[in-house]
Amino acid sequence: MTNKSKVHPVIWLQGAACTGCAISLMNSPYPKLKNLLLDELVPGESLGLKFMATLMGGTGELALEVLERTKSEKKFVLVVDGAVPTGEEGRFCTVGKETFADQVVRLAQSALVVVNIGTCSSYGGIPSGHPNLTNCISVSDQLEQRGISTPTVNVPGCPPEPSWFVDTLARIIISGIPSGEDLDDVGRLKEVYGTLIHDSCPRRGDFTTGKYARNIGDEGCLVELGCKGPYTNSPCPDRGWHEGLNWPIKNNHPCMGCTEPGFPDLMSPFYEKFGMEESEEMYRRLK
Amino acid sequence: MKRVSIDPITRIEGHLKIELDIDSDRVKSARSSGTLFRGLEEMLRGRDPRDAQRVTQRVCGVCPAAHAIASAQALDDAYGIRGEVPPNGRLERNLMLGGNFIHSHVLHFYHLSALDYLNPHDLEDLQLEDVKIRDLQSYLKSSDGAPFTPEYSGDYRLGNEISAALAGDYLDALEVRKKAHQMVSIFGGKMPHNMGTISGGATRRPDIDSITKFTSRLEEIKEFIEDRYLPGVIEVAKTYKDYFKIGKGVSNFLEYGGFYLKRFEGSHHNTSKGLEGGIAVEGESSVREVELDRITEAIEHSWYDAEARGHPTATRSVPAVDKEGGYSWVKAPRYKGKPHEVGPAARMKINYLKGNDLVERELGTAMEKAGIGIDQLNSVMGRHLCRAVECKCIVNMMEGWVEDLVPGDPSCARYEVPEEGKGVGLASAPRGTLGHWIKIENGQISNYQLVVPTTWNASPRDEQGTPGPMEQALMGEEIDDPDNPLEAARIVRSFDPCMACAVH
Repeated sequence: MTNKSKVHPVIWLQGAACTGCAISLMNSPYPKLKNLLLDELVPGESLGLKFMATLMGGTGELALEVLERTKSEKKFVLVVDGAVPTGEEGRFCTVGKETFADQVVRLAQSALVVVNIGTCSSYGGIPSGHPNLTNCISVSDQLEQRGISTPTVNVPGCPPEPSWFVDTLARIIISGIPSGEDLDDVGRLKEVYGTLIHDSCPRRGDFTTGKYARNIGDEGCLVELGCKGPYTNSPCPDRGWHEGLNWPIKNNHPCMGCTEPGFPDLMSPFYEKFGMEESEEMYRRLK
Repeated sequence: MKRVSIDPITRIEGHLKIELDIDSDRVKSARSSGTLFRGLEEMLRGRDPRDAQRVTQRVCGVCPAAHAIASAQALDDAYGIRGEVPPNGRLERNLMLGGNFIHSHVLHFYHLSALDYLNPHDLEDLQLEDVKIRDLQSYLKSSDGAPFTPEYSGDYRLGNEISAALAGDYLDALEVRKKAHQMVSIFGGKMPHNMGTISGGATRRPDIDSITKFTSRLEEIKEFIEDRYLPGVIEVAKTYKDYFKIGKGVSNFLEYGGFYLKRFEGSHHNTSKGLEGGIAVEGESSVREVELDRITEAIEHSWYDAEARGHPTATRSVPAVDKEGGYSWVKAPRYKGKPHEVGPAARMKINYLKGNDLVERELGTAMEKAGIGIDQLNSVMGRHLCRAVECKCIVNMMEGWVEDLVPGDPSCARYEVPEEGKGVGLASAPRGTLGHWIKIENGQISNYQLVVPTTWNASPRDEQGTPGPMEQALMGEEIDDPDNPLEAARIVRSFDPCMACAVH
């Protein structure tokens, strides 16, 4: 980082989450986490990660003071992983003296933009699966219910591959808050999530010729094993995971549709093919 | 008496609050509270059993491979195919779990714990050749130092040189743990939350490409662990030698054992494992066998209704937010009614006492270098040391497992999914020992319970009022400045708490 670099403060909050999104970000090949922490993200611009419970030096009140100081100083980017438990007045998740449900609203109010990393903060995700005892909802739904109009951008995935998040953040820093045209109808950046897995799947040829895998490990299209690739948008086939080392379908495992709203309930049973009803529902959405 | 509340405990996984009652600079009483409940066990009821090995990984983004294996083994058991997992499938499971261990242990020492000992301000005025540290230095000078600072004030004793070396290793370790995840993904498709561990074995038949990509990464990681991580821990531990006496906690240790070395032989106990299980009690030199039916969970101080009390084959996890006396979402697992510490310290001690050659050699050497005995492993520095030793042992075993893979041979057994069944899956996980219990009726999961490492360690009091291992480790210890309870943070972090796991 040079002294001339413009610093964009970032606050990272965690709700009903598993920390998988933070860990996934640490796998970022380029920029590396070191680059994200110390260097410029794009020429002239760098991130200033002020608050992130997983990595920060401070503990307890000392950490929360950083949160309040950053909030009061200037506009910041709010990154949220984890869903918002709203049942029982939010008491299923607390941080310091407040519930996460209140904390996320309070911080979002002062934020420039809210970036939801992972399917939990984007759409509710795993903790919102039936019977959803904690009444977990997405961050956008929580903000809407509390009348907060701060713009939100979703970076779903369970977890997202790091470049999906880094690209989204870089786009915001370069071009400002994405407009309606930049986002798809479920709040994702089109330039990242614009492709249906099925359309760029290396096994698409097998689908066309009717060569289907009947058991895990077989060659062929995985749709009979429950693959949700035909209903799921993500750059998995193009970018792969871990510098292109592998990705689920290459690893003989059907896609579970983890970047889509309704994961996990709509996408499960994971190893069963969609019936007509689910598949029509999904096609309606994809239009 | 002064009450100190530390919330959030940062640099751990998840949401943890620690409350201390301090009198004359000593902790009189400690309470550990898990402050997030998601309800994943209740969510699993009624689902397709096969979905469990995917859903339960979402319990934890730091150790999903361990949940995947416990869950796949619970399904193998319920399907009656435990003996049919082909050698490649068994080895790939071990390799994925091994990769997860390395990532988790390296992350814990450097990125979660190092800032308890390394004060970034000690780096500011150093004259250094190392460009990497110069980057960090110039960042610290030109910024407010976030997220590395502010930090608790207290006794940071490493001095400039060791601090600089540790800071350099902090940055290098970011790459090492990333490579460990890449290893998991070679057979797992992606990490966190792999798509390779599955009932019957693993999804990808090993081929030359996967083996070479795995081997080269393992070599690089091995170098770091042997040349930097283990010696680095010993260096820090020597400077903080009093921390081999601080944070002891309970005197009972539990581990089921993991990393199958052979085909399943009738029972988990009879199947030979890379790391063996058992019960160890301080002061005793023999290790007892674990009797699984003696595990119970107490919930007197946990926010659950009465159905959550008992053995994991017969309980549910229905929340009770207003429960009187409740102070945590973590249940209180007990073995024969007593709290037990789980984790690398327990595992290393048990394997040392059982005469596991590899552990005997590596732990023996490390204890000698650190100048400690077997009864000092359950301590702040003992836990850090055991984690590093365990890492070295696992890498050593992994070299053999990659070599044993047979390219092109099957990695997964074929089977029919039965309508009824029950199963248990036991595994070693980075933070301790892990159990999953499943019951299947009418083709659906009718009950699923997990007893997770941090559930043991971070448990609240039980029905007898006996505090959990982490609570006991805090009690009686000195806190120099209640406004900067650095000692307490060091004790808590030495357990490597994983709260999303503990509560699930």
